[in-house]
Amino acid sequence: MRAADGRPPAVAQEPLPDRQIALIDLLDRLLSGGVVLTGDVVLSIADIDLVRISLRALIVSISEQMPAPWSATAPPVRDGHDG
Amino acid sequence: MTATMSYAYAVARDDDDTLARALSGLPGVADAPVHLVRQGEMVVAVSPVPEQDFQESALRAHLEDLEWLESVARAHHRVIGALAERTTVLPLRLATVYLDDERVRQMLDARQEAFAGRLSELTAHTEWGVKIYVETPAATERPAAPPAAADLSPGRAYLSHRRAQRHAREDAYREAEEVARRVEDAARHHAVDRVQHRAQQGELARGPGENVINDAYLVPVGHAEGFRADVLRAAEGLTGVRVEVTGPWAPYSFATPPETEPMKRAAP
Repeated sequence: MRAADGRPPAVAQEPLPDRQIALIDLLDRLLSGGVVLTGDVVLSIADIDLVRISLRALIVSISEQMPAPWSATAPPVRDGHDG
Repeated sequence: MTATMSYAYAVARDDDDTLARALSGLPGVADAPVHLVRQGEMVVAVSPVPEQDFQESALRAHLEDLEWLESVARAHHRVIGALAERTTVLPLRLATVYLDDERVRQMLDARQEAFAGRLSELTAHTEWGVKIYVETPAATERPAAPPAAADLSPGRAYLSHRRAQRHAREDAYREAEEVARRVEDAARHHAVDRVQHRAQQGELARGPGENVINDAYLVPVGHAEGFRADVLRAAEGLTGVRVEVTGPWAPYSFATPPETEPMKRAAP
């Protein structure tokens, strides 16, 4: 994949070397994405949440209590007043 | 000799028998070789893991150990990446473990149709991450306040400095809001679905700046370059905001179909 417009890409685009991928980006996906199956070792979603909690210093998940500074990513509304 | 269990990575369709090659020589979790459990043309990538590490209580304890978690996460991702280079994959949640391969086969058999359906929907799509950072004056040490007039008392100079800082921060957030809008516009042209992850904070979050948006978009392969280019352009001309694009990812964030309608609907 090339940088579309010649500017330096913000991140390495090669999907290959996994060490280049930030752990936090990976954990965002692996701990909350993927198909959830009840395997034979029952590690419930709650447990995964527990993991998040115990790694709170590292993977903080406080957005429930502290929402983003604005809600720009709420579904676009057209009827609001624009500044 | 240690007893093992079967760690399942992902589901894929393998009608021409080529996926096993993609996995050959690739170390999985605990460095074990990865193989395929097959049911018809559907397969699950699986590798043996030591039972002692993956039983419920051990697993729970291990998952709190960041080093252990990282090694499993990277191995999980390595296997899924190898598959994703060849075909559409349906990643499974980290640490999905079965007693043995036969149990994996039973699971695959029971869910074959649902898996096949989602795989078809995800065909020729990849996931892209879009993160928006506010580079606050504190983070960039931007001299927001001119070392205020020497005739101000220290107290007033401090206040004036703080005020200038606050304004700079407010500006940066406003800019970030504008960037988020532009990203959404770009996404409307290119993406078919979006999942919002929590903003990244804490020690693992790499700055610079404060992460305020951490979204994943599902983008048709043909739109990938356009999406990337348009999204990266969103911060053009704005100094206090940075946009980072990661990917392409296997569709981790989109493995399960959206509960609500896809974002296309929201387009005006």
